[in-house]
Order: sequence, then C-alpha cells, then structure tokens
Amino acid sequence: MKKKLLEERIFKAIMVSAAIVILSVLLYIIGTVLYKGLPSLSWDMITKLPGGGFYLGKEGGVLNAIVGSVYIILGALALSLIISVPLVMYINFYLPPNSKFSKVIRFSLDILFGIPSIVYGAFGFALMIYLGIRASLLGGIITVGMLVMPIMMRSFDEIARLLSRELPDALLSLGATKYEMTKVIMRQLMPGLMTAILLAVGRGIGDAATVLFTAGYTDNIPVSLNQPAATLPLAIFFQLGSPVAEVQNRAYASAVILTVLILVLSFSARYFSSKFSKNKI
Amino acid sequence: MISLHQQVETLTVNPVMTTDRPIQLRKVMQNHTLRVENLDVYIEDQHILKDINLSIPEKSITCIIGPSGCGKSTFLKTLNRMHDETPEVRISGKVLVNDENIYDRNVNVIDTRKRMGLLAQRPCPLPMSIFDNVAYGPRIHGIRKRKAINQTVIKYLQYVGLWDEVRGRIRSSATRLSIGQQQRLCLARGLAIEPEYILGDEATSALDPLSTKTIEELFIKLKDKYTVILVTHTLRQAKRIADHIVFMYLGKIIETGSTEEFFGNPKHKLTRDYLSGSFS
Repeated sequence: MKKKLLEERIFKAIMVSAAIVILSVLLYIIGTVLYKGLPSLSWDMITKLPGGGFYLGKEGGVLNAIVGSVYIILGALALSLIISVPLVMYINFYLPPNSKFSKVIRFSLDILFGIPSIVYGAFGFALMIYLGIRASLLGGIITVGMLVMPIMMRSFDEIARLLSRELPDALLSLGATKYEMTKVIMRQLMPGLMTAILLAVGRGIGDAATVLFTAGYTDNIPVSLNQPAATLPLAIFFQLGSPVAEVQNRAYASAVILTVLILVLSFSARYFSSKFSKNKI
Repeated sequence: MISLHQQVETLTVNPVMTTDRPIQLRKVMQNHTLRVENLDVYIEDQHILKDINLSIPEKSITCIIGPSGCGKSTFLKTLNRMHDETPEVRISGKVLVNDENIYDRNVNVIDTRKRMGLLAQRPCPLPMSIFDNVAYGPRIHGIRKRKAINQTVIKYLQYVGLWDEVRGRIRSSATRLSIGQQQRLCLARGLAIEPEYILGDEATSALDPLSTKTIEELFIKLKDKYTVILVTHTLRQAKRIADHIVFMYLGKIIETGSTEEFFGNPKHKLTRDYLSGSFS
C-alpha cells in the first residue's frame, strides 16, 4: 500500500514540475521581452514609419512592418483556407474512411509539416524567379501560405476526423447531398477551424526565414501586391543586428508588438468562433 | 358478377383479415409496398445477409428482432441505401419500393432516402436551432416559402408532442433539449421530409423508460399514415408495439409472423430457443 502511495506522489511531482517548467520558460521569455522592450516602446513605434535613414535608424517606428506582417498573414491565411477547407472536407467526408488516397494526402502533409521554413523561403524564391516576380507582398503571401497550409490542414483534419459518423449519417438519411451535408458539418467544425487558423497565424506571423528572400524589406507600406513588404520578424532581425544599443533595444519593442499582435488575433478569432458556433453541440 | 359494393368490401376487409396470416401478406401488398427479393449483402468477404426475401406489410409496425450481430441494422441500412457510403459493402438482389428496385441504376439515391425517414439509435440534432432542425429537410428539398416552412415545422412538432414544450424557445439550440426531447425532434425532422416509411434503428435504446414510452406511443400513432420498420433488441418492446415480427439469426430470416402468432406459437426451434432466452 505504501508503495502505491509513493508511486502516486512521485508521478504527481513529475507532472507538477513539468507544468512549472513550462510556465517559467514562458514567463521568462515574456519577462525579458517586456523588460527590454517596454522602455523603448512608444506610441511613435506603433504609429510611425521608420525615420532617420533606412531601417537602422533610431527615429520613427515600425508601422511598415506591422502593416506588412498583417497583410502577409491575412493573405497567406486566405490562400491556405481556400485549399485546406475543400481538401479536409474531401478526405474526411467524401472519400470512404480508410481510403488509400487520404492516407497519401495525410502522409504528404506530415512531410510538408516537417520542412523547415528556410526551405520554404528558398523554394518560394526559386518559384518567384521562375515566374518573374520580384521580392514583394505577393511573393511573401505565397511563401508564407505554403508554410502555414500543412499546419492548418493537419490540425483541421485532426478535428474533422474526431467528428462522429452520426451527424453525416443523419444528414444523408434526410436526403441531403454531400455538398449540403458538408455545409452543416462546417458549422459544427467552426471552432476547430478557428483553432487551426490560430496555429497557422502563430507559426506564420513570427517566421523570418520565409519572408527574408520573398517579401523583401521596405520603409514604406506596400500599396500593391508587387511592392516589397516589411515584416516584424525581419524588423527584429535587422534591429538586433545593429551595433547601436538604442536600435537593439527597439528590437525588443518590436517583439512586444509582435507578441501583442498575436494575442489580439487569437482573442478576436476566439471571439468570432464562439459567435459562429452558438448552436454547436 | 360481383357488385361494386362487394368488391370494395373485399378490398377493405382483406387487409384486416390477412394481418394475422403471414402467408397471405404478399397478396395484400401489391401497391405501395416494400418487398425484398433475394437480397445478399457482403462486407468485404463476409456474407452478412443471406438470401433475404421479405414483404413488409404497409401501415403497420414491423419489428426486426434477433441477437446482436445477426444483421438487423445492416438490413435496415439497405432500405435507405446508406451502404452507398461504404465501398466495402456489396449488395445483390432487389429492394422493391412500389415495384421499383431502389438499387436500379437510374434510381436517384436522394429520392430513395427522402422516402425513408430514419430514426437513429442516438438522437443527433443538427448544429442549429430547434426550428431549423425541422425546417432543414423541407429546405433542402426545395421548399422556399417561409409560410409553408413555418406550417410544416409547427405541424410536425405538434405531431410528436414537442410543440408545447419548445414553443417559447424555438430559435434556441436543439442541443439544449433533453435526450428524449431530442429523439422526438429527430422524429419530427424525419417526418418533415414527408417520407412513406419510418425506419427505426434501436431508436429507444438510449432513452429512459418514460421517453421510450412516448416514442413507442408515437410509433403506434405513426402506423396510421406510415409503414414503420423497427430494429429492436428488446423483445418486450416488440411484443408491445409490433404488428409483425421478423426474426433474424446469423444473417438469415428464420421466422416471420404476426406478433400474436410469433410469440404465442413459434414454429422454428431457433425462435423458441431465442424467446426462452437460451441465447441472445
């Protein structure tokens, strides 16, 4: 009996300490970013374009990078949604369960999932040269889209697979076509899709390697798809690489902005998902 | 020459008389009937249903009973072509609805399913409001007029006795109903597509005794207008509500008959063993 109690205590201790490790790492990162970034963070940082000579300057802000990042991630999300949603619906609800084709698709997604972002960057760059596109917003959107697509599909797919057969069967037995069935299933899966989008945003918006060659960098806000776009990860990268201490500190301020941006996107996605799924089961 | 009056009389009297004699059932159901001829169903290499020949009497309740794994649910699924979704299933033979084989190449599966209202084992409300659940069927089958849809929804909610319970919250989510209410909602939803047949796949097995009783009473009410085919594994339920019994064992039909005859005087040894509880 004593042995069992001891076992119980040991495993509880392991679990609690794992949770503590995770929490402290998170707090440490956020703490460092805030500690170093907050002093340099000013209203100007968020609302102004860089001033005082290219992106190494101490003047102005990173509005170009904020807007660029938002543009790119929204574009990439739209691009990967257009492909992910039909694909996930197809392999889960059109193809029979255990079909070979869906196994192949899932396997390829797993491979795509594991490809490092720099490879996507290089591939995107090669693709752009082939298509004759210069470093631009469009190039960034396509490359980040390729990066987040497998993440979005795989996580949405996991949730779609969990759906019990009862709902599709109920719909089909009412005489619904597969398309009509899919529309109702999508309502049910809306919260799952939101989670998938959040994961994709988290991965895509903070990635520097994909946008390095493809989106370029600029001090201006792009007004068309073929103009280069600045991004927050690259802003952080360039600012950190500066020899000037003040500029380095601005990198932490940019990191604060990026973190807050992700939080805002997460919360708004959660909010809209709960609105959409009012009638969920 | 028989007078017209006599003809009408024989027509109307015949069905009532023959319900007690299964051998003559086939004659009664020449129109608007459901007949199954030489039906074999295989799932991959397994022979699940073996040479099923059966006529289902109309406007009555037919209960299919048998031990688990005997193929009752598989049989029910052949009636509304739900096996179409699983390619491993191979079906040969005919299922004739009004003398038309639903497995014919030119028969539309949507039309077939529209004729068969299915009540599943566990209620599965659609992720929408109570109103939209019932309105869903009519909407996908092309009814657009709001007034017509409203009438349909109210009619069938009243029919299943749910209207008074939900009229104040008709726009709220269907999932907030109790499980018994959900099952009645699913029945109303199935009725709203105006089927000819009601199929129930152990439709009360997830319900509490009181809700079971309500659903059973509804089935009895339904047989005035519809042909009801139920799969059940409770013998007592079959005894309570069925007019006809089909007993299946290992994919074969062992015995069919009227409820009284089946329970009162079973002919086959297997049936007697099953009824006495020797196996289940």
